[in-house]
Amino acid sequence: MSAHDTTEPTRRDFLYIATGMAGVVGAGAFAWPFIDQMRPDASTLAVSSIEVDVSAVQPGMSLTVKWRGKPIFIRNRTDKEVEEAKAVELSQLKDPVARNANLPTDAQATDADRTASKDKENWLVMVGVCTHLGCIPLGQQGDFGGWFCPCHGSHYDTAGRIRKGPAPENLPIPPLSFISDTVIKIG
Amino acid sequence: MKKILLGLAAAGLGTMLALGGAYAAEEAGHNAAEPTHFPIEKPAELDWTFAGPFGHYDKQQLQRGLKIYKEVCSACHSMSLVAFRSLEELGYTEAQVKAFAAEYEVPDAPNADGEIVNRKAIPADHFPSPYPNAQAAAAANGGAVPPDFSLIAKARAVERGFPLFVADIFTQYQEGGPDYIHALLTGFGQTPPEGMQIPEGTHYNPYFIAAKSLAMAQPLQDGQVTYDDGSPQTLDQYSKDISAFLMWAAEPHLEDRKKTGFRVMIFLIVFAGLVYIAKRRIWADVEH
Amino acid sequence: MSGGHSSYTPNTGIEKWIDARLPLPRLMYDSFVAYPVPRNLNYAYAFGGILAIMLVSQILTGVVLAMHYAVDTGLAFNSVEKIMRDVNSGWLLRYLHANGASMFFLAVYVHIFRGLYYGSYKAPRELLWILGVIILLLMMATAFMGYVLPWGQMSFWGATVITGFFTAFPIIGDPIQQLLLGGFAVDNPTLNRFFSLHYLLPFMIAGVVILHVWALHVTGQTNPTGIEVKSKTDTVAFTPYATVKDAFALCLFFILFAYFVFYLPNFMGHPDNYIQADSLKTPAHIVPEWYFLPFYAMLRAITFNIGPINSKLGGVLTMFGSIAVLFIVPWLDTSKVRSAVYRPWYKLFFWLFVANAIMLGWLGSRPAEGLYVIFSQLGTAYYFGFFIVLMPLLGLIETPRRLPNSITEAVLAKNKSGGQPVGVAAAPETKG
Repeated sequence: MSAHDTTEPTRRDFLYIATGMAGVVGAGAFAWPFIDQMRPDASTLAVSSIEVDVSAVQPGMSLTVKWRGKPIFIRNRTDKEVEEAKAVELSQLKDPVARNANLPTDAQATDADRTASKDKENWLVMVGVCTHLGCIPLGQQGDFGGWFCPCHGSHYDTAGRIRKGPAPENLPIPPLSFISDTVIKIG
Repeated sequence: MKKILLGLAAAGLGTMLALGGAYAAEEAGHNAAEPTHFPIEKPAELDWTFAGPFGHYDKQQLQRGLKIYKEVCSACHSMSLVAFRSLEELGYTEAQVKAFAAEYEVPDAPNADGEIVNRKAIPADHFPSPYPNAQAAAAANGGAVPPDFSLIAKARAVERGFPLFVADIFTQYQEGGPDYIHALLTGFGQTPPEGMQIPEGTHYNPYFIAAKSLAMAQPLQDGQVTYDDGSPQTLDQYSKDISAFLMWAAEPHLEDRKKTGFRVMIFLIVFAGLVYIAKRRIWADVEH
Repeated sequence: MSGGHSSYTPNTGIEKWIDARLPLPRLMYDSFVAYPVPRNLNYAYAFGGILAIMLVSQILTGVVLAMHYAVDTGLAFNSVEKIMRDVNSGWLLRYLHANGASMFFLAVYVHIFRGLYYGSYKAPRELLWILGVIILLLMMATAFMGYVLPWGQMSFWGATVITGFFTAFPIIGDPIQQLLLGGFAVDNPTLNRFFSLHYLLPFMIAGVVILHVWALHVTGQTNPTGIEVKSKTDTVAFTPYATVKDAFALCLFFILFAYFVFYLPNFMGHPDNYIQADSLKTPAHIVPEWYFLPFYAMLRAITFNIGPINSKLGGVLTMFGSIAVLFIVPWLDTSKVRSAVYRPWYKLFFWLFVANAIMLGWLGSRPAEGLYVIFSQLGTAYYFGFFIVLMPLLGLIETPRRLPNSITEAVLAKNKSGGQPVGVAAAPETKG
């Protein structure tokens, strides 16, 4: 609008640009709380890590707990189940990656890398959500004596590895650690 | 006709002036023995670290306040909106909070036999209530339910009245709650005025907001709670510490709010200045 | 919306393509860029823009708060506290929304007083004014229902008292109240419907605001002189002149808003609303939010029966009447002069009216006893007297000051000491 004003166009333009930029920055800052409020709130984050007492879970028994809104299968496997899982060759696996959050992402899906702890190979802790489309698999069923998802027929073995059916990946292992011999911290 | 109008206008102005008198008359209408306006005495305004535009909580003070709440108040008063996890804001470590929470028990989810047993509280839990329900609380306290403490510092404030409430806008006075709690806790043990009837089972306190006496007896005495940080173990100090703690419980994001506010104000003032200069430039060639 | 010819010329191909199919850019250009506004508008005229921004702000914060709020009498109070404590930035959003309501009303009252002062309601702007009064009514309903949602003691008892107004009407009163509440007292059905309506009404307000702006752009704005725009020299283009001025006013308003949000967030609220609703215990002293206090004072001022109308119904009718009278203001004012600037007597009584409204507001916060009641009655009498007696009367008997011939003449007369040549002053309309 100041076409006729040749004395100080640069200073003027600079002022308008600076004001406009400041306005944009202000609007952006104002928008932040509206996005920020969508993130998980403090009460949700507070239960993003749980501790589970497994002292009552005998070999051959399972426990299902809820973690971050999803079921966690905690199984104290029998020796037979462990042996079966160990006997499987990596070449027989549909998904050869461990899918264990506690190990490097390229760790192989040996039974040792699937168990909850090196010296507690009978313990298996997994997120109990079928990697196909999110149904909950049934325990100790299916062709491999592990888990079977009834929705679309995915078969997992006793180490929770996908063996047959449409699911692409092994059941994932959440971040976990044994706080004591009988307490597992998940998350 | 003009005279009539002028008279009307004068009458209006006169009314305004008379209003001041009415206010004084209404507010002064106190009878020492049978007061009708409460509290009988207004709380003193104390210095709080969290007052003013740069206010912040004194974490040591909050920790002392938490100790008082735990050892004294929590016997009767719940604080159900406050989670143990938020105690980290008082300067405690995660491990300390976990240990603190573990001293409390909360009902667990039904076990395999369908029974509900208590478990140790975890940081994600809230402070458990001392009574299972309001009826139990009332029965144990002579019919008066001890109020929950989560928001008490914002839920109690003595009316400021004119012109103080206008002045408060400029002084940013927002500490009516803590001032009131401190005044109430230090206001017990006074002799009621001559002729005042105190109902059976209640305790005279001229600072109580709703009546001349309340069901709660003096809860804190000198030396009752042991401090480890060398602060004076007096009723006055206790009252200040618990008031500050309750203010934190009611408004945990106060520091965050005031800090954000400072940044926002600086931005808005600078931006308003820029817009004003732009406005001057744009309007420079237009008479208006 | 400008009603006149359009000065929009699409330049690029895409602009032409859109203009031939949906001339929205043209509408925007004509309404908010080229739209001519009187050059002598002062900052009192900035509040319309401020109100539009406040409505948007309230809708935005409200929508995100609704993402966390639980509509159930057992959950509502705690869900609000969860927003305050756990939700990220939740305290900020909630304080913005709660204080935003107060700021919204502050702005709308200034806007209304500006309209009364400069005679903005007079022909041909009667519909513009009436649409404004409808917005005010919708705002009041929205604010009232929003205040119920936190489910504190004031929420509950405010809802009880306000819906109790309807019981004043004989025979139909009680059934109407039950219909509003969905029960015999304020309870879960009430909370649910209030939430639903509180979410709906702001969008209805937005709809009426569009009509309000449309009507404004048909008749054009008034200005402090009250003289209609006569030539192009009387006006400047909305953008950049009015936009930058409104933006500056908005900045100042936001500073005030931010001051309350960050430093005095509970100043406008009532401590009792931090106590969960208890249907068996009334707070010692029920007061509405500050923006309803003048009306509340008028409600309580009627302590006597008027013929067959008992005091309760009288109070309710007075309160409703205090808004209803605004609808007929365009026909109550008999003056041929629009602006109070040239009406010495009206100006005096206008300011008395403002003082009276503030006094009524203060009286509304006082207990209804003794002298307060008498002053409330005097205040109520003046409120209605101003509209029903003074407005028609002053127009007939008042001698207005001499009016300038045009806006430009008024501006130049005001700035005479400044001394700029007329040619420069007339320049802007050539620039657009």
